[in-house]
Amino acid sequence: MTREELPNLAESKLTALVVDDNFVNQSIHQKLLSRLGIQNDVVCNGKEAVDAHCSGRNYDLILMDMDMPIMNGTQATKRLREMGIESKIAGVTTRANEGEKKEFMEAGLNDFQEKPLTISKLLSILHKLDFYVQT
Amino acid sequence: MDTLIAQLQRQFRDYTISLYQQGFLDDQFTELKKLQDECSPDFVAEVVTLFFEDCEKLISNMARALDQTGNVDFKLVGSSVHQLKGSSSSVGAKKVKGLCVTLKDCCDSQNFEGCVRCLQQVDIEYKTLRAKLQDLFNLEQQIVQAGGRIPQVDI
Repeated sequence: MTREELPNLAESKLTALVVDDNFVNQSIHQKLLSRLGIQNDVVCNGKEAVDAHCSGRNYDLILMDMDMPIMNGTQATKRLREMGIESKIAGVTTRANEGEKKEFMEAGLNDFQEKPLTISKLLSILHKLDFYVQT
Repeated sequence: MDTLIAQLQRQFRDYTISLYQQGFLDDQFTELKKLQDECSPDFVAEVVTLFFEDCEKLISNMARALDQTGNVDFKLVGSSVHQLKGSSSSVGAKKVKGLCVTLKDCCDSQNFEGCVRCLQQVDIEYKTLRAKLQDLFNLEQQIVQAGGRIPQVDI
């Protein structure tokens, strides 16, 4: 897919939250979202994601890493769903173990992708979650 | 006769291809290049810098843990190498990622000598990649300074 063919979702004013403790992944995920015109914030662990929502922030999409200190992705997803947060949550992780993936999904994910994220994988998430906008 | 720009561009192209052929880089590095644009012309250099900082910090943590002879915290080593495997995968550092997989296996089986050996290799490998990418970025700079454009290299 060429740069010119990338859909720009800026007009839809989508917002996203990147939840990842690794600076390399934060940087890449934020860039992927920005490239598609999606405004985004970043936090370093599940607790910060929960705190952000407690302080009134809300997002259309959350990219949730699984392994994080203080509060991991599975715990954070469960907590956000208990709080009534209906944002679409996509789990992103390098762990491919079926049991862990199942537990993560059952915590309340809408989708799951293996890292590393690419433009195609992000578009797949957006398409599956009905965020995809034809240009 | 080739201009300086054409020579530099050919050198850049050949060097980039060699990094993939020799297994230093994989497709994920190509994905990073796709994200670089006029708004963030140094995106790839910035991300790999973060990666090399990660390498230093995590390797140091693992070395310290392995230094505790008779009382090695393999769980700590395991979680550090998991993180390093993740970020090496994210930047396309193929050899580093492969060594992390081996190191994780040694850690899971609590193979102390294996962990020490493997960690040394990880250290050597990330420094080698750092030097090679620095050469690549220097070539890019030379092309731009000579007034040329950085060629797109199809792998």
